[in-house]
Amino acid sequence: MTTPGVHTPIPEMPSPAVFADPKAAAAVAPRRWLGLRKGSPGDAPRRRPGALTTIAVSIIGFWAVMAIAAPWIAPFDPLAQTGEYSAEPSGQHWFGTDQLGRDILSRIIYGAQLSIPLANIIVALALTIGGTLGLLAGYIGRGVDEVLMRLTDLVFAFPQIILAMAVSAAFGPSTSNAVLALVLVSWPVYARVVRSAVLSIRGADFLHAARMLGVGPWQALRKDVVPNAVGPAVVLASLELGNAVLMLASLSFLGLGPRPPAPEWGAMIAAGSTDLSHWWVSIFPGLAILSLVLAFNLLGDTVRDRLDPRSRHGR
Amino acid sequence: MTDLLLDIKDLTVALPGPNGDVPIIRGVDLQVAPGEIVGIAGESGSGKSLTAQTLLGLLPAGAKVDGSITFAGRELIGNNDKAWRSVRGSGIAMVFQDSSSALHPMLTVGVQLTEHMRAVLRLDRRAARQRAIELLEQVRIPHPEKALKSYPHQFSGGMRQRIAIAIALACKPKLLIADEPTTALDVTVQAGILALLDQLRRDNDLAVLFITHDLGVLASLAQRSYVFYAGQVMESGPTGVVLTAPNHPYTSALLNARPHGLGHTGTLKAIKGIPVAAGSAPVGCPFAPRCDYVQDICLVRPPLVMTSPGRLLACVVAPDLTGSHDLSVADLSGAELSGAELSVSPNPGGER
Amino acid sequence: MSSTVTDPGAGPPAAPKSDPSPDQAAGSRGRKVPRTLLRFILRRLFITAFLLIGVTIMTFLLVQLVPGDGTTANLSEAAQNDPQVVAAYRAKWGLDKPVIAQYFTYLGNVLSGDLGTSQTTGNSVLSDLTKYVPATMEIAIPAMLLSLIIGLGVGMWAAVRKDKPADHTIRGAALLGLSTPSFWLAIVVLWVFFYLLDIAPNGGRLSSKYAPPHTVSGLYTVDSLLAGRPTVFWDALWHMALPVLVLTSLTVATLIRFIRSAMLEVLDQDYIKAAYAKGLPKRTVLRRHVLRAGLVQVVTVSGLAFASMLSGTVLIEQIYSWPGVGQYAYRSASSLDLPAIMGVALFVALVYTLINLLVDVLYGIIDPRIRLS
Repeated sequence: MTTPGVHTPIPEMPSPAVFADPKAAAAVAPRRWLGLRKGSPGDAPRRRPGALTTIAVSIIGFWAVMAIAAPWIAPFDPLAQTGEYSAEPSGQHWFGTDQLGRDILSRIIYGAQLSIPLANIIVALALTIGGTLGLLAGYIGRGVDEVLMRLTDLVFAFPQIILAMAVSAAFGPSTSNAVLALVLVSWPVYARVVRSAVLSIRGADFLHAARMLGVGPWQALRKDVVPNAVGPAVVLASLELGNAVLMLASLSFLGLGPRPPAPEWGAMIAAGSTDLSHWWVSIFPGLAILSLVLAFNLLGDTVRDRLDPRSRHGR
Repeated sequence: MTDLLLDIKDLTVALPGPNGDVPIIRGVDLQVAPGEIVGIAGESGSGKSLTAQTLLGLLPAGAKVDGSITFAGRELIGNNDKAWRSVRGSGIAMVFQDSSSALHPMLTVGVQLTEHMRAVLRLDRRAARQRAIELLEQVRIPHPEKALKSYPHQFSGGMRQRIAIAIALACKPKLLIADEPTTALDVTVQAGILALLDQLRRDNDLAVLFITHDLGVLASLAQRSYVFYAGQVMESGPTGVVLTAPNHPYTSALLNARPHGLGHTGTLKAIKGIPVAAGSAPVGCPFAPRCDYVQDICLVRPPLVMTSPGRLLACVVAPDLTGSHDLSVADLSGAELSGAELSVSPNPGGER
Repeated sequence: MSSTVTDPGAGPPAAPKSDPSPDQAAGSRGRKVPRTLLRFILRRLFITAFLLIGVTIMTFLLVQLVPGDGTTANLSEAAQNDPQVVAAYRAKWGLDKPVIAQYFTYLGNVLSGDLGTSQTTGNSVLSDLTKYVPATMEIAIPAMLLSLIIGLGVGMWAAVRKDKPADHTIRGAALLGLSTPSFWLAIVVLWVFFYLLDIAPNGGRLSSKYAPPHTVSGLYTVDSLLAGRPTVFWDALWHMALPVLVLTSLTVATLIRFIRSAMLEVLDQDYIKAAYAKGLPKRTVLRRHVLRAGLVQVVTVSGLAFASMLSGTVLIEQIYSWPGVGQYAYRSASSLDLPAIMGVALFVALVYTLINLLVDVLYGIIDPRIRLS
């Protein structure tokens, strides 16, 4: 047995090679990811979500409700002047107003309508594009693989925010261009992870067994390769959600995100950065970003610990 | 028996799992006399490696240990860090399965061979170096001075395992635990290492606890053997007897499942079912679900009882197994022994 | 960079598998650079050269993507109205030639150090950058060193105390650091230490009452000492404190997570168990065996730290009125000064790529499996 206690003792799955019947071999293809291998006695018991996970889900739920119900929750119009210029937090304006007399609380609530969907769109697009390319690179190999990997090298040659800045500046500042820029800088991570997941199972016995059974390459790709590559990609995506929120806010802070007067949290921080006596202008939107990113990161860690058997016990 | 070197009594080790503690070793009794080679045989998951780690106090955090381990007259269970340190290296030493991961890749052989001599035996730099060279000569590493300055990756697997053995022997232990030391090696290299271990045992008055899943290796080396299954001892006794006339259905099944000798014509008989991990073993005899001779009484855990002098058996049914397999010790170990003679004395470097 | 541990970009090259006899390897006793290491370095150099060409293609393509033919985006409005300037611009960048030819013109300009002209400063981007680099170095170098030392120490400690309260606290703090927007943290820190407590300066590199020291290295702390002006040194140090603090706290979070998980893997290795089995005291095992393996991790992670540092400066220098590359990038971005932005991107990618090359080479030197294989 290998290093007892580090992993939960799961009875070893019989090596597919011992099966005389290739059908049986194909049937035990390791679909541990996503818990697709349901109900077998070796399954790790379903753990109850920890307190941290509950907190994370609650925070995300809170912001989701804010985003959906903003028109009913927000006390003021986020784009209109509804008070004095740069008024301190008060009973009327809980978080104060900004330089244009707009209610900061309302702007933060409406800001959730930007950050949450945009972060999800960025991650979903990067996952789809990077995942597909990584799948092709790993499965086809050779020239396709080489070209794609060199392309990822190129993107990795830039610190993410610098390249995102250059791209969104070149396309012109707008919400869609910021999303485009962030997708462009983040797809390679997914491509690499999916590619190595594919490579690690491409030579696996159960695939050979499937081939001997006369399973075509596309069927094999769909039935065996994809399900096994999905797990690592999903883990990565959940870890990257928080990062997407942060990067989007950073681009906005640089003036390359959604155009004013959109209530983007990063841009709101930038607006308050020049005058510290009006601290509330920057502090509150920052807390909003912090709470959402922290919640996403906590959730990402949980997803990873659950889906990635190697990282059990909080690797 | 008062002159035992190692006496394990009713050892239980439980590791923390997601649903509470999982017992991996469940009431093991095991004895080693000074200078004796004792084998432990078992499939992966039978708890044999964990037994080795328990003997060195290297259990993972949260492990719960029960029972008694007496080594050279001292109780080991309940040792604090300092007491463990006085046992490790100078009392009990260990050789790991894979020498490529058991040697630090970034420290020279010299450092790894001398550091504990200086810490444990309190040798000065020159004395430690001198002894290191002697040790390397003992395990037949060519050019010991050069080897001291080299890194582990510069040696072949067999050479690395010899270095690992030298490191284990550096502080003159009385007991050497060898945890599948030849599993990762080619057969010819394996034979050389086994012969070396036997030689070193005789030269240094060393007892060896040899852990393996390979019955052939066991037959060629061990004087007495213990057969483990799911964290329990199934049977024990002199190796030759246990392997040629097993009393336990599990041992018998193991023997029938391995191809023996050239020109073997009989059928290989796989053991039905899947080995249980110790943690999820059934209440009674752990082998019962896979046993051909299972009876209702097997739902009660069979005690380990003496069947003849020096032989213990944990099987209530105790079927007559004579004739269910047809081997001799020579069948089991013949190939390995001749291989050993071939590669050892004239050309120590021949295994590379 | 991404927070994942298995960062595919930063992974060390796998040790080549060959098995020479010890005689051969131990024979290279002299201080000479072993041939394998030399070959390894040359290969890395080769790859880096290709990567840099790729980087120029990338920035070139980005400029190409700009709507219009580039003149409108790359020239200020006043210049656009001057047909002579426009014609000169088009000739310089070869805009009337096919795209491939344009790229080679661009590559030629870049190789001769011409990264274009900033619309806002009116200077060449390269001269702007050289002016701003020392200020950034002044905060980036100390922050980098601090992060690496703290990251290694704390990350290792957390790994050794795995699942104990100390580990939970460290992991929580690291996750919090990872989730904090850098520019916001910079503002909060400035608000607390300058506005509320008034124990830190408002920003800038020196108090206005002091003249900058005579330029030798461009680092005020070094130059002030060279000039024998300790009061200026202390003033410069005082001004550095907050930006260095913020940069460090941002980078260190990533490093702690990375090093902790790398260390957990090391602690799980058989050679650590073997070290304990030999009878070595825990102190020795940690100091010699674990730390040695950890130092390799620090080398591999330093590229990551550098990227985080560069990104950090872009987002925080503006807040501390720190006249470095980061502030230059911020101003270029917010005024859409395209030549300056592309110049900065190219410059940063160049430096980052070279740093990664250095990391790889250092790794090869440190790890005997590469050095002596």
